[in-house]
Amino acid sequence: MAERRLILLAAVLVAMAALFTLWNLRAPYGFILSLRLTKLASLCVVGAAIGTATVLFQTVAANRLLTPGIVGFDALFVFIQTMLVLSLGGAGFAALPALAQFGAETAILIVAALVLFGVLLRKGGDDILRLVLTGVILGVLLRGLAGLAQRLLDPSEFAIVQQATFATFGAVDRTQLAIAAALLALGLLAAMRLARHLDLAALGRVTAMPLGLDHDRIILVALGIVAMLVAVSTALVGPITFLGLLAASLAHAVLQSWRHALLLPGAAIIGATILVSGQFVFERLLGLQSTLTVIVEFLGGLLFLFLVLRRPRP
Amino acid sequence: MIELNAVSVEKSGAPILNDISLSFGQGGITALIGPNGAGKSTLLHAIAGLVAPTCGTVRVEGLDMARARPPERARHVALLAQDERVTARLTVRDLVGFGRWSHHHGRPRDADRRMVRDALDIFDLNPLAERRLDALSGGQRQRAFVAMAWAQETPWLLLDEPLSALDPRHARDIMDRLHALTRPGPAQRSVVIVLHDLGVAARYADRIVALKDGRLVTSGPRVLAMTGGMLSDLFGTGLALERIKGRDVVVPV
Repeated sequence: MAERRLILLAAVLVAMAALFTLWNLRAPYGFILSLRLTKLASLCVVGAAIGTATVLFQTVAANRLLTPGIVGFDALFVFIQTMLVLSLGGAGFAALPALAQFGAETAILIVAALVLFGVLLRKGGDDILRLVLTGVILGVLLRGLAGLAQRLLDPSEFAIVQQATFATFGAVDRTQLAIAAALLALGLLAAMRLARHLDLAALGRVTAMPLGLDHDRIILVALGIVAMLVAVSTALVGPITFLGLLAASLAHAVLQSWRHALLLPGAAIIGATILVSGQFVFERLLGLQSTLTVIVEFLGGLLFLFLVLRRPRP
Repeated sequence: MIELNAVSVEKSGAPILNDISLSFGQGGITALIGPNGAGKSTLLHAIAGLVAPTCGTVRVEGLDMARARPPERARHVALLAQDERVTARLTVRDLVGFGRWSHHHGRPRDADRRMVRDALDIFDLNPLAERRLDALSGGQRQRAFVAMAWAQETPWLLLDEPLSALDPRHARDIMDRLHALTRPGPAQRSVVIVLHDLGVAARYADRIVALKDGRLVTSGPRVLAMTGGMLSDLFGTGLALERIKGRDVVVPV
């Protein structure tokens, strides 16, 4: 049953991708097709990476409300971008070779994410309230520091930071996209190899360890994959806080399964479908630009509130 | 056989268990009793290999539990912890199936499926097999967890206060089932259980291990070790054993 739903989800993504690519296609066909396919690929890579990373993160944290963005990862990204512009100067930052910038950002974000998630889950893993509060407060602290640093920038440098920290699919570099896609494939493959262990890890440490799971090792590997996936997608287009929550919640709701062999690809497909169909509606049907992430954040935020308010009291 | 040799455990520098040496063979129900903070749960986790002793060794059927790999440990003891908080949307059959994980690592075979069927039979869970855990009562849920631990097919079942959230009827149901498991037969297991209800310990335990402030106070057959004087000293309040309708009952004095 769940397998059929997964196939159906994949079919919906293919249909939306075809619509996005071919709707109202005009001459010069080659040029427009090439632009659209690049954008389609970036939407799919980012959606799949964030969807997969969120399911993994929620399993690791044993909580369906949390996402890397909610516990401070996005604030960390804004902080790092601001500090890069501040230390290199606007011209220095802009003059960085795109590939080097992408590589360095990805590497910094992976290390920072590992430290952030490691500290949060090690210190507060048993206490979700403490984990969320620590993440939120860390986020406020980092945004505050970034805000302070942004006041030291001149207007042109500030504009560069604004552009770098707002998610956009408009100008994705193809080489970066290819690297991101390769890393996504690597991450997805590693996550799928871990899927059977994650099924057990989802029962929580106290239940899973006596059943024979090397829990701490699995969590470490899973966190490594999460760090890589969110770092790659954020470095590619910028942060989208609530997309993961939407994709993971929909994957659980649609597939009605605890099996990560289905949930992981399911969340990846749904993440990609949300972005592709959203971009199709806004760009092709409504003729709007740059509003997709705002809507994703709005809907994701509403879902987050709904999930928080719906949770039964312990 | 479970053997603890001079086991001490510290957490954040504070001693939790202090120089515990103790051994007991398979068979029957062993009750761990003692006041709050005595170290009962830590002792159980140390036996399961989930808490590494600061010094000393824990061996179960000859296996050094602190050094063993998790799947190997899980084939020697099954531990049901105190605060099972499974949030995944599992059915009872799924949960019991996880008991076989150390045998199949996520790829169940016929023998595993047969064991799950047996566990559902033994614990009368067949009518609930396709029900989700969050749709069960506390007693049914606890029965499902015990069935999962039984399906692990280990010689030892370690249970940390499995009756704490149960009313007397469900508590008695669980204890009757555990007692039945310790009788000779193909489903036989040895049970080590942390109990706060001394009446339950007096009625069901074959062996008593009493702890206070991380130290072993006494261990031995229940009929010899569990006396009113020992219980009064252990809990710091007057307690006596009375015989009512042919059974030992603990009463305050």
